[in-house]
Amino acid sequence: MTMINFDTGDGTVTHGIRASERISDRLFRAACYTAAAGVILLLVYIAFQIGVKALPAMQDYGFSFFTTQTWNAQKQEFGILAEIWGTLYSSLLALVIAGVFGVSVAIFLTQDYLPRWLAQIFRTIVELLAAIPSVVLGLWGIYVLIPVLRPIADFLHDTFGFLGIFSTALPGPGLAPAVIVLAIMVLPTVAAISQDAFQLIPGKVKEAAYGMGTTRREAIFKVFLPTASSGIFASLVLGFGRALGETMALAMLIGNSNQISWSLFAPANTLAALLASSWPEAGPIEQQALLYAAVALLGITLLVNVAGVLIMAFSNKQQVS
Amino acid sequence: MTMTIDPQATELMKNAGITPRSELVAAIEADVNKIYYGDFLAVRDSHIAIEKGKITGFIGPSGCGKSTVLRSLNRMNDLIPIFRLEGSVTFLGQDIYAPNIDPVLVRRNIGMVFQQPNPFSMSIFENVAFGLRLNRYKGNVADKVEQSLRRAGLWEEVKDKLKQNGLSLSGGQQQRLCIARAIATDPTVLLMDEPCSALDPIATRVVEELMLELKEDYTVAIVTHNMQQAQRVADTTAFFSVDISKGGRTGFLVETGPTKELFSNPKQELTRNYLAGEFS
Repeated sequence: MTMINFDTGDGTVTHGIRASERISDRLFRAACYTAAAGVILLLVYIAFQIGVKALPAMQDYGFSFFTTQTWNAQKQEFGILAEIWGTLYSSLLALVIAGVFGVSVAIFLTQDYLPRWLAQIFRTIVELLAAIPSVVLGLWGIYVLIPVLRPIADFLHDTFGFLGIFSTALPGPGLAPAVIVLAIMVLPTVAAISQDAFQLIPGKVKEAAYGMGTTRREAIFKVFLPTASSGIFASLVLGFGRALGETMALAMLIGNSNQISWSLFAPANTLAALLASSWPEAGPIEQQALLYAAVALLGITLLVNVAGVLIMAFSNKQQVS
Repeated sequence: MTMTIDPQATELMKNAGITPRSELVAAIEADVNKIYYGDFLAVRDSHIAIEKGKITGFIGPSGCGKSTVLRSLNRMNDLIPIFRLEGSVTFLGQDIYAPNIDPVLVRRNIGMVFQQPNPFSMSIFENVAFGLRLNRYKGNVADKVEQSLRRAGLWEEVKDKLKQNGLSLSGGQQQRLCIARAIATDPTVLLMDEPCSALDPIATRVVEELMLELKEDYTVAIVTHNMQQAQRVADTTAFFSVDISKGGRTGFLVETGPTKELFSNPKQELTRNYLAGEFS
């Protein structure tokens, strides 16, 4: 189809659309489509490849893979119930800690408690936490955190041992140090995105709150927090997603033990830690089982993110005009 | 802080031509000498009384400091860290800029409606109940919410959807919701900073009628850039102008008077020129 150009005569600045303009426009559009499709295809391809490799294990172990908690390569008995428990329990605990601290930090850094320049420095420091390599945090956990935690854990176990969460002593690696390190790793995500949510609150909402005669605390808790709630929720979903997949530090700190316990001091295991610690010495059968576990981890992570997106779409509270 | 007034002193003051505080009809008396933002002198020499039970209109060209003066009447300007006021603002006999006065308390007694409608992202009911809960209102919250929405002329439109988010309303409705929110706590004075500038003409007319009704119970000060609006609603009008002579842009009060008089027979040259420019 040939395109028509208007004959506007001489003396005007406007001219027809040149062929080169049309081509570059089309090329740009094609590049955008390719990039977008590439991302989606990559995700599908990875899921497919892992799924294919895990297929023999899926056929052998079926659904009981999710309901048993033995991981024995010699007997070829594989079940990941303990790892699923450990993954969700450790991530949830880390999220509670990171949520409380992350939102507090966001409030502290956005509500004029500090001069602007100082707040900016603090913000950068919090973001730098995300730059610490996982393995370094793992080493810090082993050499610093566990020795510090031990006397506290012993005290709590001796005094409040009747409570489920303190029912065992801390043998060394265990859930508590893993959760604390995990919380440190998730904190920057929660803090950064919550800060964005607070900064997006329009000035007129602040005026409305203070104009009603709120103190700063009342303005924050009664107006700003509800207004920023969907952004804060998004930060928690992303933080949770990050916690679920975190590997290295957990493999070093959690104790790699296939048991299900409420105790904060018991060794446990997570899916990601299981993959990292078992893969190097795994035979072909165990490798298939590990890939099945990888599929489970991918599924959980996707589920959490999709659920988060859906909940946000339905609540959609931050509809500020 | 209580002040005992010696009857004899009162008599002396009257003879000397000074009206004693106890007999003043002003709810707010602003003696603004200077308002600075940092080094910038925004307003100078503006002495103005907001009379009880009346509507006082602030008019003038852009940058004349009318909003700045209004916002200093309930210490909203304190939210700007570099704001500084020289002078005093007296509310019911008390200087609200005195060091022992908490701005939060001032704002609870002197309510404000803003240029842009700014309901909270919560239900219509909770928006109006906000100030009641803040002040731990002892009476029936639902009754008070209904009463405030009725006074704001919004009740019939929202009575069946009180649980809906306040932000789901139209612009004009949102502004009336903000008025309902502001009057629910029965503030002594209501400040309105160009409350109609974001509204269409029909919504503007509704809000103007509302202001005239509110006058019965409240003292109102309103900033408007609309001369006709000032003539329609204000009992007293204060005209501000802007002084660009010294390189800056400093606003100041030119004259105050009963609205009819100020518009028909302005005393100052500046006012006359401004009004002529507006209407010719």
